[in-house]
Amino acid sequence: MDAQSLIAKRIAQELRNGMLVNLGIGVPTLVANFVPKNTHVFFQSENGLIGTGPVPEPGMALPWLTDAGGKPVTALPGASTFDSAMSFGLIRGGHLDLTVLGGLQVDQHGRLANWMVPGKMVPGMGGAMDLVAGAKRVIVAMHHTAKGRSKIVRECSLPLTSDRPVDLVVTELAVIGFPDGRATLLETQNGVTVEEVVAATEAELTISPELSKSITSMAASGAVETPSTGEAI
Amino acid sequence: MRTIDLQDAVSMIPAGATLMVGGFMGVGTPEPLVDELVRQQKGDLTVIANDTAAPGTGIGKLITAKLLRRVIVSHIGLNPETQQQMLAGSLQVDLVPQGTLAERIRAGGFGLGGILTATGIGTVAEEGKQKIAVDGRDYLLEPALRADFALVHAFIADYLGNLSYVLTARNFNPLMAMAADIVIVQAENIVPIGVVSPDHVMTPAPVVDYLIAKG
Repeated sequence: MDAQSLIAKRIAQELRNGMLVNLGIGVPTLVANFVPKNTHVFFQSENGLIGTGPVPEPGMALPWLTDAGGKPVTALPGASTFDSAMSFGLIRGGHLDLTVLGGLQVDQHGRLANWMVPGKMVPGMGGAMDLVAGAKRVIVAMHHTAKGRSKIVRECSLPLTSDRPVDLVVTELAVIGFPDGRATLLETQNGVTVEEVVAATEAELTISPELSKSITSMAASGAVETPSTGEAI
Repeated sequence: MRTIDLQDAVSMIPAGATLMVGGFMGVGTPEPLVDELVRQQKGDLTVIANDTAAPGTGIGKLITAKLLRRVIVSHIGLNPETQQQMLAGSLQVDLVPQGTLAERIRAGGFGLGGILTATGIGTVAEEGKQKIAVDGRDYLLEPALRADFALVHAFIADYLGNLSYVLTARNFNPLMAMAADIVIVQAENIVPIGVVSPDHVMTPAPVVDYLIAKG
């Protein structure tokens, strides 16, 4: 499985029945392809739609029904549409259970930068600042590194999207959370060692006690080397 | 409400005016009004809108024609020409978080001086803004926005000017219809009174000033 699908599939495991979910463009969009069976979630598109359906059949696109990127979509049975004030009322008002967003950098306290690279890329924040400030839960879907450099950093060099820390970062290498404001390695993806994650991460990384325990027991059976337990590396 | 020819409607708009233009990436933008602004070369405009769409679409056409002095938008990422003009210094781009933009426009149309939002706290979006604490939480004071003209796209207008919108073409249109001195509507369909049931009217007729006549 390619890195993007790996990330999307892991995030899809966080979906629960009845959730209202907003997916950003790029890797986050792929999460919709991995919704677990028997789980029904509402997908919101911030241009004013709950119940976003798949891309229409050829010839069936309607110019007035698109996703937030302006691409034609369909509306599922039970969908609803609304204006932009309602759309962001849903986002800021505590009605949005989860947003999944792409990221450029996340600092070791969980603060996200994902909307501009000064002097190079100034697309505008669109809905990103509202989504991070307002969603009940924020998950970042991104590659662990870019051009060989860690995207999980001690301090973001890029402008922040919000000072509210995100809840989870899922990469092709690992799942990282921020309990007590500290970047904490919660899981490694299949076949990835803790050492590999630590080596690819600039931020100070705490290893979750659960992860350390499982690795220790595996090490006892000779499966892996024992990392230092429960301490920042 | 009065019906008006497209050409006459745009003739009312002076160079240098501030316009609100409905639409999201061009979806729900009144394209005939945009095309006529380009044809009449109305310049030095300030546009308040969600985004600058893409070249060849919606507000992107105003960018390409270099008719804009300033835009107040949440997103310019799909229009490289906006970025070029911004970097060249010929276009002022004020970036506003999308939900904040929607609420500032709503406030402008609803008689409010502004709104308080936590969006943008701790980011560059808070620069120069007043912070107000309510019940222990910090908010930014974001002032209301109004315009000289709102250019609104509707799916249906009845003969009185009652409007309803369609699917994701609604977006900023009903908010902007409340927030400008003169509201000009381009509707896909113009229907007799009563076709739109009262419960389905999203913008009531009294706020509409002009409806573009068909053909």
